[in-house]
Amino acid sequence: MKQLLSGNEAAARGAWEAGLAYASAYPGTPSTEILENLSDYKEVTAEWAPNEKAALESAIGASIGGVRALAAMKHVGVNVAADPMFTFAYMGVNGGMVLISADDPGMHSSQNEQDNRHYARFAKIPMLEPSDSQECLEMMKEAFVISETYDTMVLYRMTTRVCHSRSLVVTGDRLTANPPAYRREREKYDAVPAISRILRVKLEGRIDRLRTYSENCAFNRIEDNGSQTGVITSGISYCYAKEIFGDSVSYLKLGFTHPLPMNLIRNFAGKVSTLYVIEELEPFIEEQIRTAGIACVGKDKLPAMGEFDPDTVARSLLGRENPTIAFDKALLVDRPPTLCAGCPHRPFFYELGKRKNTIICGDIGCYGLGGSAPLNAKDLCICMGSSFSVAHGMARAVETRRDERRTVAVMGDSTFFHTGINSLINILYNHSNVIAVILDNRVTAMTGHQENPGTGHKLQGEVSDVMDIGTIARALGAKHVRQVNPMRLDEMRSAIDWAYGIQGEPVVLITRWPCIFKKLSDEEKREFPQEQRGCAVNEGKCIGCKLCVRTGCPALSYEAADKKARVDAVQCTGCGVCVQVCPKQAIA
Amino acid sequence: MGKVTNVLLVGVGGQGTIMVSTVLTHGLIEAGYDVKMSEVHGMAQRGGSVTTQVRFGETVYSPIIGRGQGDVLTAFETMEALRILEALKPDGKVIVNDYRIPPMPVIAGEAPYPEGLIGILQKAADTSVIDAASIAGKLGNTKVMNVVLLGALLKVLNLAEIDWESILKRVIKPQFFDVNLQALRAGMAAV
Repeated sequence: MKQLLSGNEAAARGAWEAGLAYASAYPGTPSTEILENLSDYKEVTAEWAPNEKAALESAIGASIGGVRALAAMKHVGVNVAADPMFTFAYMGVNGGMVLISADDPGMHSSQNEQDNRHYARFAKIPMLEPSDSQECLEMMKEAFVISETYDTMVLYRMTTRVCHSRSLVVTGDRLTANPPAYRREREKYDAVPAISRILRVKLEGRIDRLRTYSENCAFNRIEDNGSQTGVITSGISYCYAKEIFGDSVSYLKLGFTHPLPMNLIRNFAGKVSTLYVIEELEPFIEEQIRTAGIACVGKDKLPAMGEFDPDTVARSLLGRENPTIAFDKALLVDRPPTLCAGCPHRPFFYELGKRKNTIICGDIGCYGLGGSAPLNAKDLCICMGSSFSVAHGMARAVETRRDERRTVAVMGDSTFFHTGINSLINILYNHSNVIAVILDNRVTAMTGHQENPGTGHKLQGEVSDVMDIGTIARALGAKHVRQVNPMRLDEMRSAIDWAYGIQGEPVVLITRWPCIFKKLSDEEKREFPQEQRGCAVNEGKCIGCKLCVRTGCPALSYEAADKKARVDAVQCTGCGVCVQVCPKQAIA
Repeated sequence: MGKVTNVLLVGVGGQGTIMVSTVLTHGLIEAGYDVKMSEVHGMAQRGGSVTTQVRFGETVYSPIIGRGQGDVLTAFETMEALRILEALKPDGKVIVNDYRIPPMPVIAGEAPYPEGLIGILQKAADTSVIDAASIAGKLGNTKVMNVVLLGALLKVLNLAEIDWESILKRVIKPQFFDVNLQALRAGMAAV
């Protein structure tokens, strides 16, 4: 029976069918649901790691220890995990080992759109690129076979549209995987220079054997439609090419894209007079084809940035545009994502945004939305866990220039455990003049409410110990630590006053209130009592001052017709922030 | 290549477009179609514009469509219908919820919510206007607004003969089944 599965569900299913025993990941769009789905299989130990490096290292240990293992992460997570990846590539595996990189062309939910296929060449590891959910399942099973047959970690590269598109999948049964038990092999697993020099040479032999595999791999296949036009393509681009060209051209559909099957490519190119290379993002395949002296049409016509869709192919290669309905686009008002109604980050940003002479370094998470109007409480953001360290350098620069501005850094609880904890050590060790704020909403919210070391639960539901951020900060030597309930604006304001009052030493301020969508335990319900009813505006008292709408709550609006504020009863959670802002007590 | 029908579901993050697409795809699979669906996760969901695409037919290649390719657009929020209108074929159909969710620039008082959008849509395309909030409200649960719109969509797609009742039963929690079934029927009757 066929099931409609997302690429992430199918990849998880494929890993389970391949006999996977261990999986680790840090959540990140578009990869998150891979581990969430694996957590439902009782034969698999599936865990959240605090970051991608820890996730990959855990999977490496499991592989060497004698089971099939995988680590999953979004593209930028592979940067965090790159250190163990490059060296483990030298070693080879014991149990099959797959690293999933879920890239985000078009940056739907990411800070960049790096093309992680380059990592396969860089680290000299084989790579698979599924196009749809059925391939996600089948390629995952083959990935483990490749890994054990060729003694190498495999990079399994997905993109947002593959991860989050659903298509019909035929599933199978779970296979029994029986890798050898661990035995000491220092000459394979102990990467000291003398051993690594030997492994380095072996790496070349392995990639040579994989070149032969690539020529014969069933995932590198020709669809010969007898056309003089040929298309070489991989991943989601194959779907777009089929959509536009149908059976009017011949295809070389590449699923195993590192190392490339150069003989197969040469033979295919020889049969056609025009050769298109259709690939999203970088000219990864195209450049290798051109280097081999084969003429093709690729990034000279197709864009090398942004997400593709079928139109991109039609417009770039055929000059074809579909007729559309014309309308006045000036009518549209932007609808940027916002902090949700009831979000505990809102009152913090509302208060912080009012401070003058402040530079605010942000981080990766929902709270990145605090920079938008009307809160306007952010200057910059780089990557996960960066804000304290970036703020530290900023504070040093500001001191050097005798600038009066204060530097505030903001990050979430999960981001703190990810790599923010290293950033905190940096500012404490170096006596930074930074106000370091940890917005502890008791969950990894942005990616869909995953557990983390601060929540007291693990991915598969088991209870764990709660790591308390304030205790950690004090243990690291922080002298000025305060925790505050952000939902009380007066307390929030005085806590920020307190932090601004401390000069020349790092200050740690923790706002602690759960994400409005977190499912609370009984214990949490006691700690964080929730309002049972929403707010409403007393129109007799409302003077139309618009102070409440400056909190940026999507449940509030201002009606110009009667000059009154309105609360949308469907969205309002009764958090009470607007109630505290209203100067006329018109909201209750 | 058999004809592929392209359905666009647009709205604001949190309006339940994915749930509607899920019910729709269950029925389409049972009816024997090849189906692909593409959805949005992560930051974009936080109160921003969201689009879910469902494509069905004999063989579907791409999970997403380009401009001018949509057959039916169902908009859960009025302005979102206009925002995605270029994705529709010139003879495509629009089902629009007469329901406004002010975006942040409107809330912040930087711009007014544009007036007359329903009229513009009606002039530009074959448009059915549904007051899903009132219909859902009369059923006692405004949250089933999305299933009202699903009912209208199924009618427009000529798929009303599929056994949606049993599909709803599988997808929806038992305590909410009755109101959702009523919402579905009310939506079908509204176009």
